[in-house]
Amino acid sequence: MNAIYGLYPDPDSAQRAFNVLERAESELGFSNADIAVLSGEPYEEYRFGQRDNVTRMPWIAALGGLVGGLSGWGFVAFTQKSYPMISGGMPLVTKWPNGIITYELTMLGAILTTLFTLLITARIPDWRGRKLYDPAISNGKILIGVINPPEAARGEIGSRLRGAGAEVVKEFGK
Amino acid sequence: MNKTPEQINKDLLRPIYHATWRFYATAAVLTALVAAAFFAWGYQIYYGIGVSGLNRPVFWAFYITNFVFWIGISHAGTLISAILRVCNAGWRRPVTRCAEAITVFALSIAGMFPLIHLGRPWLFFWLIPYPSERGIWPQFRSPLIWDFFAINTYLIGSVTFLVLPTFPDFALIRDRASGWRKMVYRIVSLGWRGTPKQWHRLEMAMRIMAVAIIPVAVSVHTIVSWDFGMALVPGWHSTIFGPYFVAGAIFSGIAALIVAMALLRKLLHLEEYLKPIHFDNLGKLLLVMSLLWFYFVFAERLTIWYGNNPGEMSVFWSTQVGRFSPLFWTMVFCNFIIPAPILAIKNLRNKIGWTVVASIPIIVGMWLERFLIIIPSLSHKYLPYNFGSYRPSWVEITITVGTFAGMGLLYLIFSRVFPIISIWELKLGMTKVEAPEVASQEAAAEQPQGG
Repeated sequence: MNAIYGLYPDPDSAQRAFNVLERAESELGFSNADIAVLSGEPYEEYRFGQRDNVTRMPWIAALGGLVGGLSGWGFVAFTQKSYPMISGGMPLVTKWPNGIITYELTMLGAILTTLFTLLITARIPDWRGRKLYDPAISNGKILIGVINPPEAARGEIGSRLRGAGAEVVKEFGK
Repeated sequence: MNKTPEQINKDLLRPIYHATWRFYATAAVLTALVAAAFFAWGYQIYYGIGVSGLNRPVFWAFYITNFVFWIGISHAGTLISAILRVCNAGWRRPVTRCAEAITVFALSIAGMFPLIHLGRPWLFFWLIPYPSERGIWPQFRSPLIWDFFAINTYLIGSVTFLVLPTFPDFALIRDRASGWRKMVYRIVSLGWRGTPKQWHRLEMAMRIMAVAIIPVAVSVHTIVSWDFGMALVPGWHSTIFGPYFVAGAIFSGIAALIVAMALLRKLLHLEEYLKPIHFDNLGKLLLVMSLLWFYFVFAERLTIWYGNNPGEMSVFWSTQVGRFSPLFWTMVFCNFIIPAPILAIKNLRNKIGWTVVASIPIIVGMWLERFLIIIPSLSHKYLPYNFGSYRPSWVEITITVGTFAGMGLLYLIFSRVFPIISIWELKLGMTKVEAPEVASQEAAAEQPQGG
């Protein structure tokens, strides 16, 4: 993988660069999916920070909670039936106490599902190979660039990134 | 002049790269106390539970007091952090990680006490649901099994809540580290790069976690209260115990958080990040909880006194004018009479020293409260021939002291491995456009000021 990118000091200039690249897609021969954005903090107010922001995570968490709750109830009720032990005059399958365990496992199901959904959809952990990155990102810079740009368009992309306000334009993987 | 991202990184990562001799000296003292506690526990395991002060009729004492106390302290973090996150309180940003770490450590310490109290800790797995050789499963109708599920759910949730927002900060350390440290942080940052997708999923996950963890935290201390409330013991069998315990837990949790933050601020030189306004805001919450605590104590005693049940009244009088009254009135002083006026006066509350002066007695007072819930009731059950007393042994005292040292030690180690303030959230607070009506106060709270 190779890339050409610019580092921007603030979200406004990063947004300018993002707009420039979007407008130049067909002219310079790359697609929108090739535009790379990396930052040290989320910028959800800006359009470049809103990419891939559609997720069903809340629904998946709710489903995880439902599965956790049903498993909890089933587990406890099954246990009570398979080892019938009356205590304190309570029924064999005790709704109120079982409700507590069901509740806890509902929440545990939702929590674990959220965790796994995050890991899977954010594609972490990922330690494989060299990925586009620049340590300057953690100093507040925003990286906007193009992955695998057409060879002939490299110079033009670089100059447009500079024109949008990049502090520095770099190449990656060449 | 405002701080640049580079300066913030440098300030907040300093404790990870540099440790003073004070750090090692403090760690050595705390390690010695923890070692003493483990020795005492080993002594108890070898000679049997009889070396503790536990005896008929007081079979729950220091260990269960500590269990309830540390569960309460654990409410400092996840609950406070989650509530502030759900409310989008911008001033939370420098506070949340300090608080969440308290939760994880306090819960881990609390979880040890049932094992210590067992006397034969190698049989702890009897608590875990599994089919034994005799086909006997745990008794799901027992509140102790509810504890197992609630505490483990809360612990898993709290660890997740603490760890999720650390990935970007670990990536930040990875970018600056070298040698073994770079390798370790490369692994624990999970290959975090900061794509919009990663940020969006992380923020979404944190929002869901914040909503999920609040009812779990409330349920945990409610279920701990049901360990008592389900028993027909004078002073315990009360419907108010659930909210009473939860309010007390949040109360002690905030006090512990204020003390921890003040220590961190001083030891790690975080004066520009943990500012008086953070202590002032937490002080307001503490004042509310102090008043609420007093209300619950009054309501609990009023109904017992009005009911005039002989069994309940023997416990009541033992705490008001009898053997336990010095502890009871010390508790009232520590939890209400000392802190409430300090926290009610704005000119005192907005000074860090005074909020700490108000918080330390609360920690002591809340420990006494847990003690006073357990011991007087077990000493004065319904049948007078069964009245008894309790005196802690050196084993219990050593283990108790050791757990406080253990909390301090875990926190010290944590501050050497994790940035104690969430760096990316702090920076986000500085750049994010907040709602106009809260912007001025939050900007003042979030904006570090430097030279």
